[in-house]
Amino acid sequence: MVAAAAPTAAPVKIGLRGVQMRYGAVEVLRDVSLDVREGELVCLLGPSGCGKSTLLNIVGGFLEPSGGEVRIDGEPVRGPDPRRIFVFQERGVFPWLTVEGNIAFGLSKLAAAERAQIVAHYVELVGLEGFERAFPDELSGGMKQRVEVARALAVKPDVLYLDEPFGALDSITRLQMRSELLRILQAEKKTILFVTHDIDESVQLADRVVVMSTRPATVRRIVEIDLAHPRDLSSRRYLELRDSILEEIGLAHKI
Amino acid sequence: MRARIESIVLPLLVGVLVVALWSASVRWTGTKVFPSPLQVVRGLGELWRRGLLLPYLGDSLVRVAVGYGAAVALGVPLGLWLGWSRNLATAVNPVIQLLRPISPIAWIPVAIVLFGIGNLAPIFLVFLGALFPIVVTTQNGVGAVPPMYLRAARNFGLSSGQMVRRVLLPAALPQILSGLRIALGIAWLVVVAAEMIAVDSGLGYLIIDARNAGKRYDLVVAGMLLIGATGLVLDFAARRCERLRALRWGFRAD
Repeated sequence: MVAAAAPTAAPVKIGLRGVQMRYGAVEVLRDVSLDVREGELVCLLGPSGCGKSTLLNIVGGFLEPSGGEVRIDGEPVRGPDPRRIFVFQERGVFPWLTVEGNIAFGLSKLAAAERAQIVAHYVELVGLEGFERAFPDELSGGMKQRVEVARALAVKPDVLYLDEPFGALDSITRLQMRSELLRILQAEKKTILFVTHDIDESVQLADRVVVMSTRPATVRRIVEIDLAHPRDLSSRRYLELRDSILEEIGLAHKI
Repeated sequence: MRARIESIVLPLLVGVLVVALWSASVRWTGTKVFPSPLQVVRGLGELWRRGLLLPYLGDSLVRVAVGYGAAVALGVPLGLWLGWSRNLATAVNPVIQLLRPISPIAWIPVAIVLFGIGNLAPIFLVFLGALFPIVVTTQNGVGAVPPMYLRAARNFGLSSGQMVRRVLLPAALPQILSGLRIALGIAWLVVVAAEMIAVDSGLGYLIIDARNAGKRYDLVVAGMLLIGATGLVLDFAARRCERLRALRWGFRAD
C-alpha cells in the first residue's frame, strides 16, 4: 500500500529524530521520527488525545520534548518563530481587532503602505472582501478561520502548523474550508503539518498521512496519497486509501 | 415606542411619589429640623447666589480627578505587571489583600498626619480608595486572558513590551474598564467623606459646615442631592466609555 519512494527530491524541511514526551509517569510520545520535505502537506492522523497535538506543539517550539530533537532547515528548534506560524481553531483570532487589524498583526515592522497592500492581498485571497472593518464577533466560524489563515500567511512563513483547524466548524463549512485551503496553498506553496483526527480530511488534503497510535503515540504507518488534486472523493483509489487507513486504525468499514 | 415612553414615565412617576412622600412626612411630623423639598430647592438657589455651588462642586471634582487619575496611572500598570508575573503576584498579593479591606475612611488620621489639612489629604484618600479595585480587577483581567492569544503573539515574534501593549492590555480591557468604573464610584464616595474632615471646601465640607454652622439642614440635603446627581453623571460617563466600539467586544453578555 505504501508508495515506495519519497515524493520528490525536495530537501527535508522538518526532521524529527526520536522525539519523546512524558509528563511524570505518563508517556505521551514514544520515539517519533519523521521527515517532512519542503512544500509537502503531511497530516498527523490519530485518535483524540493520542498526543498528536503535543507533537505539533513540540515541532512548533511551544513545548520542549523530553527526548530527541526537531530540526528545521537543519537547525534545532529553540522556540516559536515568525517563519513558522501555528494556526489554531478560529478561537485564536483577536476579538479586539478588525479583520484588517488581525491580518496586519504580524506586520507592525512594515511601512503603512506596504502593510495595507499585503492586508488587501490576503483579504482577497481568503475571500473576505467587504469584511475588512468587521470585528470577529460579527463573523461566522468559517470566516474567522479564514482570518486566522490570512493572518498566518501575511507574515510569509515557510511552514504552517495547523492543529485541527476546522474541528469546530460544521461539516459543510469544513468541506468548503478544505478546498479553500488547497486553493490558497496552490497560490502560496508552504510546508504544512496538519493535525487531524478525521480520516477523510487527511486523505483529501495530504501528500502523506502519518497514522499515529494511541498513547503513547508512535508512528504506525505513513501512507502516501498518490492522488492528484482535485481529488475525486468517490474514486476507487481514494476509497482504497481511506479504507486502508481505517483498517490500520482498526475500525470497521460499516456502522 | 411604547417601551420608550414607559422608560421615561415610570421613573418619573416614582420620583414624583418619593418627593410627595418626603413633603408629606415633613408636614405630618411638623419637624423643624428636616427641610421640605421646597426648602431644599431654595437652599440650592442660595448656594448658587452665594457663589458656592460651582466652586465646591469643582473642588470635589478636581480632587477626584487628581486622586483617581493617579490611581489609574499607577494601578493599571501595577495590575498588568502583577497579572503577568506570577512571582511578583505571590510576593505582593498578601500585602494587597491585607490593605484592601481597610476603608479609606480609616486612613483619614494617617492622611492628615502625612499631608496636613489641605488638598493633598483628600486626594491621597481618593487615590487609596480607587487604587485597590483597579489593581485587583486589572490583575484578574490579565489572568483571564486566554493563553491562546499569548501563544499567537509569541509566534509572531512580539517582545514582552509589545505583548503587554498589543495583547495583554486590549484582551484584559473589558475587565479593566469595569474595574475603573467601580473605582470611580468609590472615589466619589471617598472624596465626600474626606472633605468632611480634612479640608474647608468641596461638597463634603458643604454638608458638615451647613450642619455645624447653624443646623442648616436644607443645605445639608441640597449637598447630598448634588453628590447623588454628580455621581450619577460620572457613572453614566463611565458606562458610555465601556460602550465604545473598539472596547465593546468583551461586553457581549449584556
